[in-house]
Amino acid sequence: MNRVDTGLTVRGGTDRKGRAEAIASLALDAGESLAVVGPTGSGKSEFLADLEQAAAGDTPSGRIVTFYRDGKSVSGPGLAATLSQRTHFVMDASVGEFLRLHAASLGKDALRLAGQTVALANTLCGEPMSGESLLQRLSGGQSRALMIADIALVSDAPVVLIDEVENAGIDKHLAVEILSGHGKITVIATHDPVLMLTGRKRLVMEEGGMRRLYELDAAEKLCLDRLRLLDETLISARERLRRGERL
Amino acid sequence: MKTLVVAGPPSSGKTAVIMHVVKRLLAEGEKAAAVKFDTRSSLDAETYAARLGIPAIGGISGYLCPDHYFISNMEEAIEWGKEQNASVLFIETAGLCLRCAPHIEGLPAATILDCLGGIQAPEKMGPMLRLADIVVLTKGDLVSQAEREVIRYGVRRVNPDALILPVNGLIGTGTLNLVKALREYRLEPDPEGARLRHDMPAALCSYCTGERRIGRRYQTGSVEKLCLRDAAGE
Repeated sequence: MNRVDTGLTVRGGTDRKGRAEAIASLALDAGESLAVVGPTGSGKSEFLADLEQAAAGDTPSGRIVTFYRDGKSVSGPGLAATLSQRTHFVMDASVGEFLRLHAASLGKDALRLAGQTVALANTLCGEPMSGESLLQRLSGGQSRALMIADIALVSDAPVVLIDEVENAGIDKHLAVEILSGHGKITVIATHDPVLMLTGRKRLVMEEGGMRRLYELDAAEKLCLDRLRLLDETLISARERLRRGERL
Repeated sequence: MKTLVVAGPPSSGKTAVIMHVVKRLLAEGEKAAAVKFDTRSSLDAETYAARLGIPAIGGISGYLCPDHYFISNMEEAIEWGKEQNASVLFIETAGLCLRCAPHIEGLPAATILDCLGGIQAPEKMGPMLRLADIVVLTKGDLVSQAEREVIRYGVRRVNPDALILPVNGLIGTGTLNLVKALREYRLEPDPEGARLRHDMPAALCSYCTGERRIGRRYQTGSVEKLCLRDAAGE
């Protein structure tokens, strides 16, 4: 079994056919990111659910997930933050009020954090927001950017689980770098080629099991750079067309 | 027979959460049964029976205060569960008005809170939330991480000792922790003489007996007036 100081480990269980998972164990250190890939139905969401629930051999997969902080195993709520395509703000408030409330509920310096979080969110999204912007008026991209900045700066959760957040109009690569930079472990289930390559590690799911684990090599790193350029081209073309410009 | 009382606002996901718990319990060889108290009509008992094949009955309070109806039938509900040879009985209550709580001393009590209800919801829920042993947060996948954390904090302020568990009622994520929590309870219910954790609302005015007309002249019994004049500063 791999060991980590602050991070998490997964001990493999079985796939849907009852066979032992090819990847018998997996370890992620603080700041690492993992892309989880595979066709629909391959078991990506179940893998995220096992992490979210800290499975202890008691989910259908039989996996055992252990979280560590400073070499000691930790348990309890609030270890995993989650973000998915279905996640929305339901509160009726301004961005600043919302962030101050969240920070205050965790006993943190609300004023300072609110300002920093808005600034960070604005680096992820082309359309800037301010503390006075209303949550319910934010665009899809602004909402995602704010959620990610908030998880990075305000939330205590050491692990971030992201399920299928694509084409959100934000700089996805930068989002993962920001979360990693704040020591978060980021696990992303995705079909987006840029996001699949953004994590240094990539887990391939098949028939409900962890089948292969890749590390990003030099060749794929080159591919990632080219794909990012393509992605940026698409995003900027979309923005310009949206603004009514001609290409 | 372990007996869990499950309360929560309409459409918060009580039945969905119980179904996921029952599925796991059945897989572990337990024998589950469910009683559903409702106000008007309910297909939940049929749903339990059809989807899970467990014994289930429903009770409709109709024109009675659903809280009073519920507690008046508690003993019978538990006796019914024992007759079914259930090892775990779920008693689900709907239609309660937030004035009271259906939770009973000595029986594990769960309250379901829907994250879409907003961050003020914990403050508004009153004794139903304050007196629960387990608070299940549903629909958390639909709101931001921050709002989930603020709602959890709000629940904690109202009920510092409750176990707070997020459960996705649609796909069942989180059910595991709820099942683990249920294993901790080893109580045999003895409903006779057991006490409610909170008193029930009074129901003693003319409207309780079917009056529908509006106006002071039609009101008798226990009637309290909102002081609108005072509120307007006169």
